[in-house]
Amino acid sequence: MRDRRLWTVFSLLLALLLACQPAATPTPTPTAAPPPAAPSPTPPPPTPTAPPRPVLFLSTQLRPVEEAEKMRNVILKPFGAPVEFIPEDEGPFHDRIRAEIQAGKVTVDVVGALHGNFVTLLKDNALEDLAALMERLKDRPMVSQFVELGKLGTDRPYCIPWMQATYILAINKKALDYLPAGADLNALTWDQLRQWGENIHKATGERKLGFPLGPKGLIHRFVQGYLYPSYTGAFVTTYKSPEAVEMWKAFKALWEHVNPQSTTYDFMQEPLLAEEVWIAWDHTARLVNAFKERPNDFIAAPVPAGPKGRGFMPVLACLGIVKGAPNREGAEALIEFLTRPETQLTILREVAFFPVLDIPIPADMPVHVRIEGEAVVKQSRAPDAIPALLPVGLGGKAGEFNKVNRDTLERIVLKGEEIEKVLQEEAANLQAILNETGAACWPPDPPSTGPCTVR
Amino acid sequence: MGNGKAPEWLLPLALLAPAALFLTFFIAIPSVQALQLAFHSSSGSGSLEPFRRMVSDTRFLPALRNTLILIALIIPIQLVLALTMALIAQSRRRGAGFFLYVYAIPLAISELAAGLVWLAIFTERGYLNVILHGLGWIQRPVIFLSYERPLGILLAVVVAEAWRATAIVMVTLVAGLQMILGEYWEAAEVFGANLIQKIRYVVLPLLRPSLQAALIIRTLFAFQTFAVVVALGGGVLPVLASEAYNWYVGAHNPHVAAAYALVILVLSAITTGLYLRLLRVRPEELGR
Repeated sequence: MRDRRLWTVFSLLLALLLACQPAATPTPTPTAAPPPAAPSPTPPPPTPTAPPRPVLFLSTQLRPVEEAEKMRNVILKPFGAPVEFIPEDEGPFHDRIRAEIQAGKVTVDVVGALHGNFVTLLKDNALEDLAALMERLKDRPMVSQFVELGKLGTDRPYCIPWMQATYILAINKKALDYLPAGADLNALTWDQLRQWGENIHKATGERKLGFPLGPKGLIHRFVQGYLYPSYTGAFVTTYKSPEAVEMWKAFKALWEHVNPQSTTYDFMQEPLLAEEVWIAWDHTARLVNAFKERPNDFIAAPVPAGPKGRGFMPVLACLGIVKGAPNREGAEALIEFLTRPETQLTILREVAFFPVLDIPIPADMPVHVRIEGEAVVKQSRAPDAIPALLPVGLGGKAGEFNKVNRDTLERIVLKGEEIEKVLQEEAANLQAILNETGAACWPPDPPSTGPCTVR
Repeated sequence: MGNGKAPEWLLPLALLAPAALFLTFFIAIPSVQALQLAFHSSSGSGSLEPFRRMVSDTRFLPALRNTLILIALIIPIQLVLALTMALIAQSRRRGAGFFLYVYAIPLAISELAAGLVWLAIFTERGYLNVILHGLGWIQRPVIFLSYERPLGILLAVVVAEAWRATAIVMVTLVAGLQMILGEYWEAAEVFGANLIQKIRYVVLPLLRPSLQAALIIRTLFAFQTFAVVVALGGGVLPVLASEAYNWYVGAHNPHVAAAYALVILVLSAITTGLYLRLLRVRPEELGR
């Protein structure tokens, strides 16, 4: 009898032990788990003989392990003083800063994040006014639009431009044989891209267009900054407009020539190199290995344009100092170091993020950087360009916002649900998030006084 | 015992204490916290909002359905495979021990690594297509992992999971077999039973305690499967655990993630209860 009871107890305990694992994982902690390669987030307590306190640098950028390693081992090497570089996901990033500010126990000195994250940081009252530091950096030829953006709608600099990137097309030269007649590679339209994909599909029997729809892919940026602005001239306000309905119909037609394995692609450089796709849209940092490994086989091009123009997303990453940072001096020195022209070029060479300084790209830059750089410049200077900002002011809700965009695309394109119905439902989800965060409209949507509203 | 005063009941308690403490701090407390998370909205007030969000999400029903289908497909396959493997490993043929080691190899591989191994096999330019093409059976690569054929992804997941996680069932069964083989088996042989009869009347009934443990472990793990599913299907084949992960890591909403975890917990508790009932182990079967 006792044996049996023991056995039952054992089974139940085992069940509990196993069943609880997923329940235990999502418990939030202010910092979540540090990424595998990151050193301990808490610096060792200072002792009289200890070396100077390292500058704690928390960043939502350069998160992939290879990029973080480049940051630690190459880019930050010439700085001289110790820096603890800690990459962190957006949600935990904001949680941690908020928790430290609220507890009055700040450990982070420098934050590096996208421009949109800084709006949330400012709302949380977590940023130092950097006017004095900016004054010292005034001889740096910073791109003036970026400096203006860095003021976050105030008249004080809070976010100092750090590096920029964008999304472009990467093309295998084999595809060029099928380019539709009359199409200009530097001024494609979405309709020509569909035609191009169709030509290849007919000739080879394979679907050679590719988009990063995998679990870590950036397809939501495609919806936010490329598809909607190109077809509707805006994003949030036109989410369920008649133009949007037409846009989704057109994109569904294009999708017939997209490799169906796109749902597993996170970084398009891999299927490009494997030649599973010939033409792919992705972030410059996620295409760069294709140009690096086989510079003779791939070319880069600006994104296509729609009826309203060439929607594209310039991605601006900024540096800031946390209010009450324990190592203010080190933090300022680090920002000064990272915005030096030579550091900016090292960043370009190592992780393929572009400088925020108006400086010539030296001829000795690796060829992959030159290929991408040319396309980036052409794209931003296109006469019909519609620059779209990354969502601004959503803070910890940015992830849910992205999910809505991704769900919209998956339901319409993959599952073939009725476009109008999906847009009605997902627009409601989008609105709920905007209302909750009170985020005002950001370009290309016209400015709003209250929360941005879907029309 | 020199000290007759030391009460007999104290020893088992002392022995249980470390495990109990461990379970309290690392399982019970986080579980209670997860429970609280699931019943609070992101503004912090108590509400059923996370469950509303979960149920109204377009991926909830597919995730629930896929999880149950995967379990219904994987568990029986694994049970049959594991029993066969365990019998081979336990047979007294020469080199049988070697099989035990080979079969156990996947145990050492993490779930995600296993998923990536199978992705390298099934992807368009993967090993399977290369081999089929080399044999001249196909003209151009076949796309096995396409959202247009979710069944293909489902089968790939079943194959990958069967490869990855059958070993743990087998190890449990081998342990069980080691206790019963011997005279029972010989007695059956003396009475002229064939292999099927031996398995049906000797092995399976005596193996019931091990089967029960193996099934419970395996089913609970199956409810948590997601790395293989994510690696092979991306987001096309949502399962409960992958949705919990996506809500927490992707959408940064721990409340809905906790609601998903709670669903997994409830389903796990129900299946464990079912196994305990259906494969009830009589005390004398354990008293050997």
